[in-house]
Amino acid sequence: MLGKTANGLYWMYRYLERAENTARLIETGQRIALTRSGNGDADWEPVMQTAGVAGGYHAAHDSVSKEAAIDWMLRSRDNASSVLCSIDAARQNARLVRTALTHEVWEAINGCYMDVRRVLARKLGERDLTPALKSLRQRTALVRGATHGTMLRNDIFNFCRIGTFLERADSTARILDVKYYVLLPSVASVGSSIDNVQWETILRSVSAMGGFRMVHGNRVTPPEIARFLILDRRMPRSLNFCVSKIRDNLGYLAQDYGARLPSHDIVDGLAARLMANEIDEILELGLHEYIEEVLAALGEAGRQIEIDYRFAE
Amino acid sequence: MSDGGIFDEMHGATGQLRRPYAAFKTWFDAEAPKRLRAKQREAEDLFRLTGITFNVYGRAEAEERLIPFDIVPRIISAREWQKLCRGIEQRVRALNAFLHDIYHRQEIVRAGRLPVEMVAKNDAFLPQMIGVEPPGGIYTHIVGIDLVRTGDDSFYVLEDNARTPSGVSYMLENRETMLQMFPELFSLNRVAPVETYPADLRRSLAASAPPDSSGTPTVAVLTPGIYNSAYFEHAFLADKMGVELVEGQDLRVVDGRVAMRTTLGYQPVDVLYRRVDDGFLDPLNFNPDSALGVPGIMDVYRAGRITIANAPGTGIADDKAIYSYIPEIVEFYTGERPILENVPTWRCSEPDSLAYVLDNLENLVVKEVHGSGGYGMLIGPAASRKDLAEFRRKLRARPTNYIAQPTLALSTVPIFTRSGLAPRHVDLRPFVLVSPDGVKITPGGLTRVALKKGSLVVNSSQGGGTKDTWVLED
Repeated sequence: MLGKTANGLYWMYRYLERAENTARLIETGQRIALTRSGNGDADWEPVMQTAGVAGGYHAAHDSVSKEAAIDWMLRSRDNASSVLCSIDAARQNARLVRTALTHEVWEAINGCYMDVRRVLARKLGERDLTPALKSLRQRTALVRGATHGTMLRNDIFNFCRIGTFLERADSTARILDVKYYVLLPSVASVGSSIDNVQWETILRSVSAMGGFRMVHGNRVTPPEIARFLILDRRMPRSLNFCVSKIRDNLGYLAQDYGARLPSHDIVDGLAARLMANEIDEILELGLHEYIEEVLAALGEAGRQIEIDYRFAE
Repeated sequence: MSDGGIFDEMHGATGQLRRPYAAFKTWFDAEAPKRLRAKQREAEDLFRLTGITFNVYGRAEAEERLIPFDIVPRIISAREWQKLCRGIEQRVRALNAFLHDIYHRQEIVRAGRLPVEMVAKNDAFLPQMIGVEPPGGIYTHIVGIDLVRTGDDSFYVLEDNARTPSGVSYMLENRETMLQMFPELFSLNRVAPVETYPADLRRSLAASAPPDSSGTPTVAVLTPGIYNSAYFEHAFLADKMGVELVEGQDLRVVDGRVAMRTTLGYQPVDVLYRRVDDGFLDPLNFNPDSALGVPGIMDVYRAGRITIANAPGTGIADDKAIYSYIPEIVEFYTGERPILENVPTWRCSEPDSLAYVLDNLENLVVKEVHGSGGYGMLIGPAASRKDLAEFRRKLRARPTNYIAQPTLALSTVPIFTRSGLAPRHVDLRPFVLVSPDGVKITPGGLTRVALKKGSLVVNSSQGGGTKDTWVLED
């Protein structure tokens, strides 16, 4: 398998995951803005921060408005992480690695691209936002479904998965990084409606409302949310879950290729840490510092994987 | 349905339905036009979803466009095809013999059958290939012979494509689309299959590998990249052959072999099916600015340690100035009369011919000797006075750069339009594979069709479309 192909697969699935995550954040922002009183526009600042696109937004805009924020995250060509740009990039990478994909996966990603370009061709009004996001969710789910249903479980598949989970872990960690203060026990005035909204935002941002309720009922406490998002191995967007997946997929590659490489040690170290830690410990040491360390380790792992598998010259 | 002596392949010159189309026409007449229109749209959706698109050069936005597909097949009888095959095989054998000769002893020049300046002054002649022995002895492995038809029994070769003929993916996808949309047609007719092409291609390339490559030869397709107009085809062929699709930056010379960068390190390549032009192949030996090629690949090639298909320098065989000598070339190397005829051609480099061409420009087609894709050509009868005047200037300034041919009464095949069947001009590009194991011609090929009424330009870059091409089995 070509190093370039591994690179293309990895980025195709990173961008696909990024598009989905951004769409989810927009949906959350929209929902929160609609269900609380107050200044709807200001709610979009933290949403853009969690998506990691606030800096670019402010460079291009004077003030934050709901309409401009949604457009920036959804379809701006000047924002490389917008849904539209991410889907473009995913599909561009898919073209690059087309020989590694099954026909079904190619059709799914190409269909997704065609649909997204059609739906996002113009600025969306409030009424069109929900169906557009829904269609995006379905299209990306189709790509994932085709991937699971038709791809061989070989090195190709492993690089797809590594891209997916690195992006996902990164996204969850960034949400925690921006919102960590809401989860600190010291400032939690349990029961206040503001905090409830904040916690709900976090859970919705990772599609975890239902999952959390299933596990904890309606008893929402900050340490439980933190534990759920960082350590819970059942939750498919938790840091522990994502990092274990990356470790597994790198493990399959090591078996397949008969070689352990430096990136494996980085990821194994991170996975071991996430397995060993308890949430009280993490909170005691400092939630923010902990998340920063995880983010740094993820970045390092990504860079080392690119070197180990010769993504580029 | 014929007008002005134009031969229609469905209705002949007399308006009587020709045999190969009998079963199709019966089926067609029983179909509701509405259903067929829906099918036509369905075909477009299929093409778009599969991504069978091309990028148009010279357009600001790098939009991907579809080549229009027409649902009416072009049908060739077994007898017609057998004769074409004999002619094509004879021609590609002669082309390969010519290429070997021209880069070695140049017997054909010594024998006075080809003027020395046709070689010496020809930009398509590659001095770096002099004396080089390509592995397996083949120069042009993948050939496209463009044919036109003017009557029941008259086919002409319009041009040879001995460098990097494209379009084979359309031949395959057109068939795939027809099979999906109209399976019943393939029960009514016995159509020779084309689906074996990718497997044949791989076998043919592997058979041309350097003799010392051990085990199953490693084959790869070299593409200029995703912005190339034919990228889809490069990816398609690599995919269907089950080989890697590489770019120049994936390759380098390691221990005297060309190797590709894999996730496990560099691995040698035995056969490179390159879709990159000669000039970009090796920045050390040709265009030093090329980022598309592999530095040093020519040295590996000269050492016989990689097969490049097609070989560098094959352009001398499909050069439009050489084209007019192909009948002599066929005779010289095969000792036989050419089975397939050339279109009569005036070489503008010859003063008498130039004078004739200038006097009769409004009736002729003028082509650039090194051009392709329908760019830079003049179709006299369709040209404005301004175009004609401009071409007269160009011809006088650089006569050696042009050849001219009569405007042939190209045959027509009906396309499906809003108002039913309507005749449109077509050509045909059969695809030929050459290896030490022999010559293989895929039954059919790519039929290109001018969609505009009366137009003779079939090139996709100029608004032409394609059709599925059937060779019937007896």
